[in-house]
Amino acid sequence: MPAIKSTGAYIPYYRLKREEIARAWGGGAQKGEKAVANFDEDSITLAVESARDCLQGIDRRTVDGLYFATTTSPYREKQCAAIVAAALGLKKNVFTADFTDSLRAGTNALRAALDALKAGTAQNILVIAADCRLGAPGSDFEQTFGDGSAALLVSSEGSVSFGASYTHASEIIDQWRTENQPFVKMWEDRFVYTQGYLANVKEALSAYLKENDHALQDYHKFIIYAPDSRRHQEACRMLKVDSQVQVQDPLFEVVGNTGAAFALMMLVAAIEEASAGQRMLLINYGDGCDLFALEVEGEPFVAKERKGVKGYLKSKKYLSYEKYLRVRKLLEVEMGRRRPPLVSSAVAINRDRKMIYSLHASECTNCGRAFFPPQRVCLYCRAKDQFREISFSERKGKLFNFCLDELAQSSDPPVIVSLVDVEGGLRFYGQMTDRDPEQIELDLPVEFTFRKMSEAEGFHNYFWKCRPIR
Amino acid sequence: MRAGAIKDKVAIIGMGCTKFGEHWNMSVEDLLIEAVYEAYADAGVEPKDIEAAWLGSVGSAFTGGTLATPLKLKYIPITRVENACATGMDALRNACFAVACGLYDLVLVAGVEKLKDSGYAGLPEFYFHPVYGQGFTAPGRWALIANRYFLAHGINPEDGKRALAKIAVKNHRNGTLSPKAHFQREITTEQALQAPIIAWPLGLFDCCPTTDGAAAAIICRADMASSFKDDYVLVKGFGLAVGPGLGKEDIDYKYDHLPETEAAARQAYEAAGIKNPRREISVAQVHDCFTIAELTEYEALGFCERGKAVEEVEAGTFTLEGELPVNTDGGLKAFGHPLAATGLRMCNELYLQLRGKAGPRQVKNPTLGLAMAQGGHPGMLLPVITILGCRD
Repeated sequence: MPAIKSTGAYIPYYRLKREEIARAWGGGAQKGEKAVANFDEDSITLAVESARDCLQGIDRRTVDGLYFATTTSPYREKQCAAIVAAALGLKKNVFTADFTDSLRAGTNALRAALDALKAGTAQNILVIAADCRLGAPGSDFEQTFGDGSAALLVSSEGSVSFGASYTHASEIIDQWRTENQPFVKMWEDRFVYTQGYLANVKEALSAYLKENDHALQDYHKFIIYAPDSRRHQEACRMLKVDSQVQVQDPLFEVVGNTGAAFALMMLVAAIEEASAGQRMLLINYGDGCDLFALEVEGEPFVAKERKGVKGYLKSKKYLSYEKYLRVRKLLEVEMGRRRPPLVSSAVAINRDRKMIYSLHASECTNCGRAFFPPQRVCLYCRAKDQFREISFSERKGKLFNFCLDELAQSSDPPVIVSLVDVEGGLRFYGQMTDRDPEQIELDLPVEFTFRKMSEAEGFHNYFWKCRPIR
Repeated sequence: MRAGAIKDKVAIIGMGCTKFGEHWNMSVEDLLIEAVYEAYADAGVEPKDIEAAWLGSVGSAFTGGTLATPLKLKYIPITRVENACATGMDALRNACFAVACGLYDLVLVAGVEKLKDSGYAGLPEFYFHPVYGQGFTAPGRWALIANRYFLAHGINPEDGKRALAKIAVKNHRNGTLSPKAHFQREITTEQALQAPIIAWPLGLFDCCPTTDGAAAAIICRADMASSFKDDYVLVKGFGLAVGPGLGKEDIDYKYDHLPETEAAARQAYEAAGIKNPRREISVAQVHDCFTIAELTEYEALGFCERGKAVEEVEAGTFTLEGELPVNTDGGLKAFGHPLAATGLRMCNELYLQLRGKAGPRQVKNPTLGLAMAQGGHPGMLLPVITILGCRD
């Protein structure tokens, strides 16, 4: 029986209060706040973070599939899953695939993973969903959308097992974004929600229960995708489930609708709170419906370092609306008349791919000292070509030295030039992100995070930065 | 290195230096012509006397041809030198070696930089890797020395910042006495302290400007120097220590002093036979791209004990009237910093001071001068030092 072996989540550091959006545009504010990806984050980097969370305590060599789901792929041609696999340092013969363009992409990927496990072509598949969608400034979507990511390690064994499932497709023009549109669009809301969302969810649940000869009472918890808080309550009423007792909190007030990642983030949050014997039903909508039944068989696996939804919700910093416009690049902002760092090289990235994607250092096999970037000649004993490569992306460090560079170009100035002394005795020289410039001090404990450095040469350049431990 | 191998073998018989500043109407070629023809005239030589040349430029030249073309130097050896902000002085160093070994009698050295054509404020960003090494500026990289330096020596950061301001005030004042300096106005300590922060503790007045300029030197065998002029200046020694960038990869690199600069100083003092730099050196030009650089260089060059630079600044040791005047022409801070021209500009100031021709900023009876141009940044420095002295 396919099961969930481990779960992970990622919620960006920045949050925007919805009343702050209302301050800018007038009108009413929805309740709570939304999570906002930093300027150096995109769906790929969000996915890497939740996957790292999910793989805490798991041998990465056992992962033989990686399915990545998003509606905000940074590339129109080029696979994101392969980039995520590289950042995670997964084995070469991992099967990678992108599931895109639908709000159902996350559960589409999950269904495909279950099919592969059933077929026996894989033993451990990492299903990751991440989204950072933009609602047009002043729109309802701007208030409802949030950024985030969830990851599930689906395996032949685990504490949360999958039961029956159901799917149907339904073509309706309710919500869309064409190739050249930056913002999600929708038809008139009464049509969209009554004929699209509510009608589909109702039809799917009825069909599922009938097919399996189940009743609502057979389930303890319902995890229901909804476009927003109001429709979530409408769906609960329509399905006749008690939204206080039986329904997983949809995270609207603390994260927002995270698109293709939303249903899986709710599932991860539900598993975090689950107790043995609990039976759950997951319902996702987007151009049709996907349903999955799950049963918590034992205590879910939780590694010591895992942060999950709960952990990431706790660490945050609020943005002003103006800064939100800046970090999400909704406004062209003067960055100072400095020469932009427009240089990159696909060749150099390919040559240094282990250093750049998997944060490799060299460890001298003669004297044991370690260096980043990897060095062929040891700084201490000068042994030549006697080293092994190690990844230190999961190690912690202390900020040995830093400065706040107000001159360097950034969407989130100042650039924090950071020298980190990493556990195990090596030094990292780079930038710091997700930080409060006023809170930075010598010896600050830091960890590493995979980020987008630039868009030089017309492609996305990724590397690692440090951040205060979240 | 053989101590004394270069000492008194080579003489500077002529120097030239353009006004440093924003030369909107002058090209690289114009700047070179100005500096070199001034040096020709000063030495009393003609273009045909030049046997070989070295051209220093960080980013404004392609080859030796950048010098040959405007000056119409025909078919002589010209080497283009690049070693970051040490470039101009390293060009001089290599030219001196060629003369000292007897290959040439008389050669030309020039350094030029045209920074104001770029359209950007500040220097272009230098990166050490196309992806991971980006996003840092020169003031940011230099500001890194402040935290650990202040902490290691128990210096209150506010006292440290005030000492930096006083260095800026000193150099601005010296600049007002230098007609060719980029900046010609005094500032106050309060102005420096209140200026917008660029990279703490460095404010606007702690940073040198971006400047256009060129400087040149004519050098020859010491034993023939008196046939050109009576008051030639002798080369006493050089030091050059290129750091392998340990700061970014070595946990033992502590960022509280400048080990590369200390190494270059040891070489230069050994070459020149200097035992006590504080007492023996009469005047010095050091690399104050940022005031924190000048502060930490006092210690690296042995002008004062480690950790005592702030106290020495407060005591006025390095002012024009002080015990060991530093950056008498205003330094990079006020004279300006056209990268490859800077090292030769420093030597030009020593050349004037040692001959008693520095006008209102003249130091009393100098005998030995030190110039130090610092390439790179803390963690990866490449300092070059030249010691010059009066003729016997």
